Amino acid sequence: MLQLGYNATLVAIGATLLGVSAGVTGTFLFLRKRALVSDAISHATLPGVCLGFMVLVALGGDGRNLIGLLAGSAISAWVGLLCMNWLTRHTRLAEDAAIGAVLSVFFGFGIVLLTVIQTMGVGRQAGLEGFLLGSTAGMLRADALIIAIGGAATLLLVMIIRRPMTMVAFDPEYAAARGLPVHRIDLAMMGLVMAVTVVGLKIVGLILIVALLIIPPVTARFWSERSDRVVLLAGLAGGLAGYLGAALSASAPNLPTGPIIVLVSFGFFALSLFLAPVRGVLAAVLRHLRFQRRVHIRQGLLALAQGQKIYEPLTLRLLRRAGLARADGVATETGKARAAKALRDEKRWEIVRADQAHEATAALYDGLRDIETVLTQDQIVEIDRQIGGPQEVPA
Amino acid sequence: MSGEEFVPLSLTPLLIGTFAAIACALPGNFLVLRKQALIGDAISHVVLPGIVVAFLLTGAISTWPMMLGAAGASVVAVVMIEAVRRLGQIEPGAAMGVVFTTMFAAGVLLLEQTDTSTVHLDVEHALYGNLESLIWLDATGWSSLFDPEALAGLPPELPRIALTLLVVSLFMWLFWRPLKISTFDEGFARTIGVRTGALGFALVIIAAIAAVAAFDAVGSIIVIAMFICPPAAARMMTNRLETQITWSVVFAIVSAVSGYVLAGYGPLWLGAADAVSAAGMIATMSGLILACTAIWGPCRTRAGAPSTA
Amino acid sequence: MLELAANQGVSVAEIGIESSPLAIRGLTVSYGQKPAVFSVDMTVEPGAMTAIIGPNGAGKSTLLKAALGIVSPLSGQVSVFGEPLEKQRARIAYVPQRASVDWDFPTRVIDVVLMGLSRELGLLGRVRARHMSRAMDCLNRVGMRDFADRQIGQLSGGQQQRVFLARALAQDADLYLLDEPFAGVDAATEKAIIAVLKSLKEAGKTVVAVHHDLATVTDYFDHVFLINTRKVAEGPVAEAFTAETLQSAYGGRLATAQIDQISRALG
Repeated sequence: MLQLGYNATLVAIGATLLGVSAGVTGTFLFLRKRALVSDAISHATLPGVCLGFMVLVALGGDGRNLIGLLAGSAISAWVGLLCMNWLTRHTRLAEDAAIGAVLSVFFGFGIVLLTVIQTMGVGRQAGLEGFLLGSTAGMLRADALIIAIGGAATLLLVMIIRRPMTMVAFDPEYAAARGLPVHRIDLAMMGLVMAVTVVGLKIVGLILIVALLIIPPVTARFWSERSDRVVLLAGLAGGLAGYLGAALSASAPNLPTGPIIVLVSFGFFALSLFLAPVRGVLAAVLRHLRFQRRVHIRQGLLALAQGQKIYEPLTLRLLRRAGLARADGVATETGKARAAKALRDEKRWEIVRADQAHEATAALYDGLRDIETVLTQDQIVEIDRQIGGPQEVPA
Repeated sequence: MSGEEFVPLSLTPLLIGTFAAIACALPGNFLVLRKQALIGDAISHVVLPGIVVAFLLTGAISTWPMMLGAAGASVVAVVMIEAVRRLGQIEPGAAMGVVFTTMFAAGVLLLEQTDTSTVHLDVEHALYGNLESLIWLDATGWSSLFDPEALAGLPPELPRIALTLLVVSLFMWLFWRPLKISTFDEGFARTIGVRTGALGFALVIIAAIAAVAAFDAVGSIIVIAMFICPPAAARMMTNRLETQITWSVVFAIVSAVSGYVLAGYGPLWLGAADAVSAAGMIATMSGLILACTAIWGPCRTRAGAPSTA
Repeated sequence: MLELAANQGVSVAEIGIESSPLAIRGLTVSYGQKPAVFSVDMTVEPGAMTAIIGPNGAGKSTLLKAALGIVSPLSGQVSVFGEPLEKQRARIAYVPQRASVDWDFPTRVIDVVLMGLSRELGLLGRVRARHMSRAMDCLNRVGMRDFADRQIGQLSGGQQQRVFLARALAQDADLYLLDEPFAGVDAATEKAIIAVLKSLKEAGKTVVAVHHDLATVTDYFDHVFLINTRKVAEGPVAEAFTAETLQSAYGGRLATAQIDQISRALG
């Protein structure tokens, strides 16, 4: 994979940078729970690309000038963003409806402009469709340079305003109380997303850039609970996906860069979804099964101790398997001892929870925790003294 | 314009566009109220991999396998979104974004890998359809509406979308009450025995059916726009659900008709020679309607709702 | 084992699962890894007004929601009038916490009350004059008749709460479950609601409400159910609502002064 050709190397560098900046920027969007705003922004670039092309041609220039097209796309994405913001702030529409309205209407209008261009009689339409899905085939050195510089600049900006963005994403009300201009920071965040989108148009196209903004942050979130690490991991996941995707797509014909990058990115996501140590599905399933077992056994023991009938078949099965009860629901010797201990603990907890002195400890009660794990032996002895003998149990 | 020109060239595309718009707007009302508006967006993206897979399996461009493929892909997408959301504890928007972009990427990749040069199957067509080409060449005038021979030559998209509209309307009529209750107050709906999970899934499936049928005729741009814009605009006009539905149908019809007419004749009026994309124009018109209601609609703000502090 | 057998908590009423409007056995509900409700038994007295009380986060609302099948439990059984919940749904009416509803929904007050008749109306039944007049009657009982045509989001918190009570009345149930009906409402609403609940009791209905104001428990209710993840006490107010049970339920979270005040009020 190291022997990439000249063009492929350009693409790979561009894709890596794009992946990093999309992952990092997208994280703030994701933490703000506004991931799909990127969908509206990216679709809203289309009319701008077309208008940019028309203006360039009207001025007698080359309609394919990348800077001109990107400038047009940035302007229309910004207009779309403002429309979306206005709709959510000044009407009763929820954000999802505003996103959907902006993306479909701007995209629809873009299609109208595309058909206008088709009939403008300027020969072929300069592969503007390439902006839909990205096309790296004819990428020039200048194009790659623009993408690289754009990606790096976005990354730098993100690093500069990452603190206020994290704060706004985490708790907008607190941020506002601290005097941060939440609305303007939100707009800045969207502006960065827009920048990434515009930069990525050429490589992955406007539909798939959304994937690069969403999938790496979601992937990274599985691996850390700290926002700064999530940002770094998302950048890493995005950059890696960008590089691997670009390299893979160069290795064989008919492998378009954009989709391959997205699929590699999704591969990372799927692995994380299942295998991440704490938030992963496998870990969660195991944890849940263990937890359910504990709840049932504990409940079963308490029922045994109080001579109550056990209604749940699962409880009975678990007790039997643990050797605590016989098939007919009668406790074994071990079961009796464990049941007595469970009930005694329950009694101790009751004292702890009624006692203001133990307030912090009492908050830990969840019906399952062994009392030895939160109290010292001396404290337990003291509580047992309060409980006293069997006859003095308060009614 | 005379019937001789209008019936063969404009009547069928107008009807197809209108039916598609209504079929999407009807379930769209509930999707918007349930804050699931973007399900339409997700579905219209995954239609592409659906039809590509159907093409790979059958080796031919024929309508029914492709529609089945698209519908199947929608179901897969909805299930995957739900699975990612629950299993990964990820907010719905991000879960949607992960799933539909991935499936779309897979669709593009499959398309590139397959030799489809001999058949007409491309991304652009999937995006904005070809409403203008759905003409009725056998018609000679209004009288053709009663001529069985001419009727047999109707573009097959018309009966398909009409049937879809019928199915969607039936579903809405039949499940109107539980849909309304469970959208308003899901907890209460469950206490009176409404199976809210199944109902929510059924709504999404109905939306998917509407999306696939409309997509077949007019492309996915109209689908997203019609799911969201007419219902959102209608919401700004009234505070009653029944009235909202009516408004949304009206807006859908107005968008479809005005969009089609403007796309076909607007450029001529402006002195240009060729028509522009009807699908794109219909979406644009629905956006203009939404903008008008957002500025002037009588119920456009959340005024009067007390804070629940 | 003697000690164990003695630990039955405050005397459980001598009614069985069969005759209780709502009987819960061994119910555990957990959000994530911490049970909100752990191994709770509850037997609601028929024809009584029962308050579910306990500190914040003690699982009061969760208990109610699990009883209604809105959240699914990790373990445990619920029986309603001696049968599984599904068979007896028509006999239960539920008033949710106000926060759980989409207030922006395009619907009028009268439409909300008519939702209470939806089991009767079925999927396609038309709303006829008699349904309308019944819905209006229910609105009248909570003093909201004049607001029938308002959009639901335009009402004040107390008025919204009364509309939801009217919807429950329209259901004409035998068991009424209310989640914090007095939370954040004005004094007039509180009075109106309690009057309606008392009239329900007089008509022989059973009322269970999650309640947070300890000072009004003795005035409003005749039975209490104290919960703090586990059941603390259950029974008539005079027996189960005591300084000890409160201390036990609230632990350090209830100021001693408050408990003293309540015990004084209890005489």
